[in-house]
Amino acid sequence: MLSNTEKELIIQIWEKMLPVAEEIGSEALLRMFTTFPKTKTYFSHLDISARSEHLRCHGKKIVEALAEGARNISTLTTTLAPLSRFHAYQLRIHPTNFKLFNHCIIVTLACHMGDNFTPVAHAAIDKFLSAFSAVLAEKFR
Amino acid sequence: MVEWTAEERAAIQGVFNKLDYESVGRESLTRCLVVYPWTRRYFGGFGNLFNAEAIMANPKVAAHGIVVLQGLEKALKNMDDIKNTYASLSEFHSVKLQVDPVNFQLLSDCLTVVIATRLRTEFTPDIQAAWQKFLAVVVSALSRQYH
Repeated sequence: MLSNTEKELIIQIWEKMLPVAEEIGSEALLRMFTTFPKTKTYFSHLDISARSEHLRCHGKKIVEALAEGARNISTLTTTLAPLSRFHAYQLRIHPTNFKLFNHCIIVTLACHMGDNFTPVAHAAIDKFLSAFSAVLAEKFR
Repeated sequence: MVEWTAEERAAIQGVFNKLDYESVGRESLTRCLVVYPWTRRYFGGFGNLFNAEAIMANPKVAAHGIVVLQGLEKALKNMDDIKNTYASLSEFHSVKLQVDPVNFQLLSDCLTVVIATRLRTEFTPDIQAAWQKFLAVVVSALSRQYH
């Protein structure tokens, strides 16, 4: 459950991240691949080495989707329906991996925002990412 | 037996050298109690934990944060045998404190996030990986004595 203050915070944070979407997204992915190497198994079709074109492009897509979700928190299911179908029928990522990526997004935000990533902001983003992942995994079965 | 490369040992020691136990300990435990409110069930004797402001100002949370980091230091000093170093601590968490081990991962993640806010770009993906490997071994050792 997100309070109105939390929803505001979430929108603010992702608005700030949009201009540097490529940087944030690719860093989060790189952190995930380095800390949890098994996650690389889903990307054998891409060059996911540090600073690669694929990594930057993919990272940007993800942050843009997150920002879109943040702007439409009350209608996440409908907003994310195409992405949800994609993750269920094409990508078929084991759902435990969403948590690993969410953690790496949070670490990336923490590195970039420092003390501005307050405990309250951390809680709001954690809840948002959980809700987002739940929608992405909704159609799995 | 866990294998540590020289780079991993250096990375982990490097992170520790930069930790102010009081500040990082307090904030890690605070975040755990704020981000994952069900963890408050284990701190009934700590007084007011009703909201983020109260938790951040709570002196018992601050004191306990230091205890947690001192415990981690023990693991750092015995990196080649964390399992046995933590045997009695694990038993204590399972028998006396009755903590669901799933929660160890939550505090571990909060600690990583606090370190990220302090070290910022210095907390590179490689250093994060080494640090999280260390915490994974710690969490595993703490979870062993549950029967």
